[in-house]
Amino acid sequence: MEQKPILEVKNLQISFQLNFGVNHVIRDISFFLNKGETLAIVGESGSGKSVTTKSILGLIDDNGAVEVGSCLFRYQKDGVDIEVDLLKCGKDYLQKNIRGNKIAIIFQDPMTSLDPTMKVGNQIMEGMLDHKKVKNRKEAVKRTLELLELVGIDNPEKRIKQYPHQLSGGMRQRVVIAIALACEPDVLIADEPTTALDVTIQSQILELIKDIQKKTGVAIIFITHDLGVVANVADRVAVMYAGKIVETGLAREIYYNPKHPYTWGLLSSIPSMSGQNEEILSIPGTPPNLIQPPKGDAFAYRSEYAMAIDFEEHPPMFQISDTHFAASWLLHPDAPKVSMPSVLQARIDAYKKRGDDQ
Amino acid sequence: MRNVILQVDNLKQYFRIDRHTTTRAVDNVSFKVYEGEIFSVVGESGSGKSTLGRSLIRIYDANAGEVTFLGKKITGKLNSETTRFLRKNMQMIFQDPMASLNPRKKVLDTVAFGLDVAKEVKTKEERKQRVIEVLKSVGLSEDHIARYPHMFSGGQRQRIGVARALVMDPKFIIADEIISALDVSIQAQVINLMRKIQKEKGLTLMFIAHDLSMVRYISDRVAVMHLGHIVEMGTVEDIYEHPLHPYTKSLLSAIPHPDPDSEKLRKRVLYHKQNIDYNHGQIQSLNDTHTVLATKEELDAWQKGDYSDILVQM
Repeated sequence: MEQKPILEVKNLQISFQLNFGVNHVIRDISFFLNKGETLAIVGESGSGKSVTTKSILGLIDDNGAVEVGSCLFRYQKDGVDIEVDLLKCGKDYLQKNIRGNKIAIIFQDPMTSLDPTMKVGNQIMEGMLDHKKVKNRKEAVKRTLELLELVGIDNPEKRIKQYPHQLSGGMRQRVVIAIALACEPDVLIADEPTTALDVTIQSQILELIKDIQKKTGVAIIFITHDLGVVANVADRVAVMYAGKIVETGLAREIYYNPKHPYTWGLLSSIPSMSGQNEEILSIPGTPPNLIQPPKGDAFAYRSEYAMAIDFEEHPPMFQISDTHFAASWLLHPDAPKVSMPSVLQARIDAYKKRGDDQ
Repeated sequence: MRNVILQVDNLKQYFRIDRHTTTRAVDNVSFKVYEGEIFSVVGESGSGKSTLGRSLIRIYDANAGEVTFLGKKITGKLNSETTRFLRKNMQMIFQDPMASLNPRKKVLDTVAFGLDVAKEVKTKEERKQRVIEVLKSVGLSEDHIARYPHMFSGGQRQRIGVARALVMDPKFIIADEIISALDVSIQAQVINLMRKIQKEKGLTLMFIAHDLSMVRYISDRVAVMHLGHIVEMGTVEDIYEHPLHPYTKSLLSAIPHPDPDSEKLRKRVLYHKQNIDYNHGQIQSLNDTHTVLATKEELDAWQKGDYSDILVQM
């Protein structure tokens, strides 16, 4: 029997009221998250990836509004199955039942997401005590020590009495992860959790998140701007551009058989580790201004593959396989045959070949 | 024989925290940079790579050591002539393009500031021409000169930072993490721009970064820094194809690739620093270009592939 997804976002549209106009940040996106899987949402700054997840928890600023859309979340409370639309239920309901308890967020910058005046132990315990996950403080301390051990912090007895500034960047991010896990959430949203960290710490944190998922079965939404980072963690990938999802599929489909020119651009702007002299292809220009969203395909203005129709009408999602979809007119049966940049194709072939050898 | 543009000998930069503790941010570092090359310094945060760049350009006063730049000594007390020489020929681009640009100054004045200080231009018109010229070379246009930094995107702001460094027509540029605050697609733009400018003007570039894949792509030679020491130095091939120092190996094993199948198999190696004391090591030459910081015993063991106690497979 097929299980229903734990989180299902449908036709979401969000806009922000600004002094000089309305900014249409999210323009009709839909996605879902299955139990226990990792979905990576990839896009550059301003593509709307953070706003999407913030809206799920009712965390968008006051000048922002969800215009259309629903976000179904399915969870169990006292053994009863509950299905709610997170966008319709009030902030009190979210605060009492969902935030931290069922859906938790890890933010990008561990220094600003921790309270500098509070010992880290207390910060981890706060959520547990609030949501009555533990009977008393003593039990909370015990659970906190377990959590710190789970996220790989040595000497937890000493650490819970320390303040955030006494910890290194990597340690702080581990504490933030421990806070997120404190109430055993069903969904964990990781909003660029490694962008502020360097390579070694980054790979440690990624391994940690994967490891925790194996142990607890939590479903993860992983937000990032770097496709190179998530190859290891993602089961599925959704690529966002200018408030829309332009391509979505299983990780292997996105990395080995990308179909949208924007995904091509993202993949080719990562320098490869094998050939030094090949050129990295950059995506020219900058993302469009969404106060007056461009007509048609927003990426057409930066794409060398753009056709006349791209400037007229936004392409629908074309289906490539059961799980792989992309919004590009290039996939229309009448479109000229265009393939990805040869540099990228060569690199993917090399990866595949190496995969076969192993 | 290539010309040495910058020679650093036993540079030390210490910071006194309190009576008991001193941070040795840069500890006994020596290296040469050749004219026209791209020399990269990589390392994790706290390794001292940014401090090194800042000491070279005299944002900090080094505690000990000697730096020779284009044949002139630029450590210790400088007379005004040497200072002017240094300011004209060595420039720096900073990491955060928003924080390093004055929000209340127009692009014209920000970029022209170096010219004003050095009294390089005589007339307003010449000043404007110089700025427009340099803005065009970094892919911005003439209309941009009257705008303020907040009116630009991140990538464009970083281009202004590049323009500000270029306007003095320097011989040597220190680029300190210039792409880490940018989106991936914009990173590639800025990197391609730096390569283009470097080729056209024959500049020498010192590129400070923690992104190892970008460093491999852009550099001629690489120095790996850890805890204030350069632990390994060599050409891109030396470092990426034949790394010897365990720290370099662990860094390389942590690079993520956009390749899900091989990522599933990737084994990271953990580095146990407590079993090495960098202060005991000497610079050992492996070939003409490749050096590593190690004691004789360590070098022997590593060359045999013996990394027990230091590298642990995950």
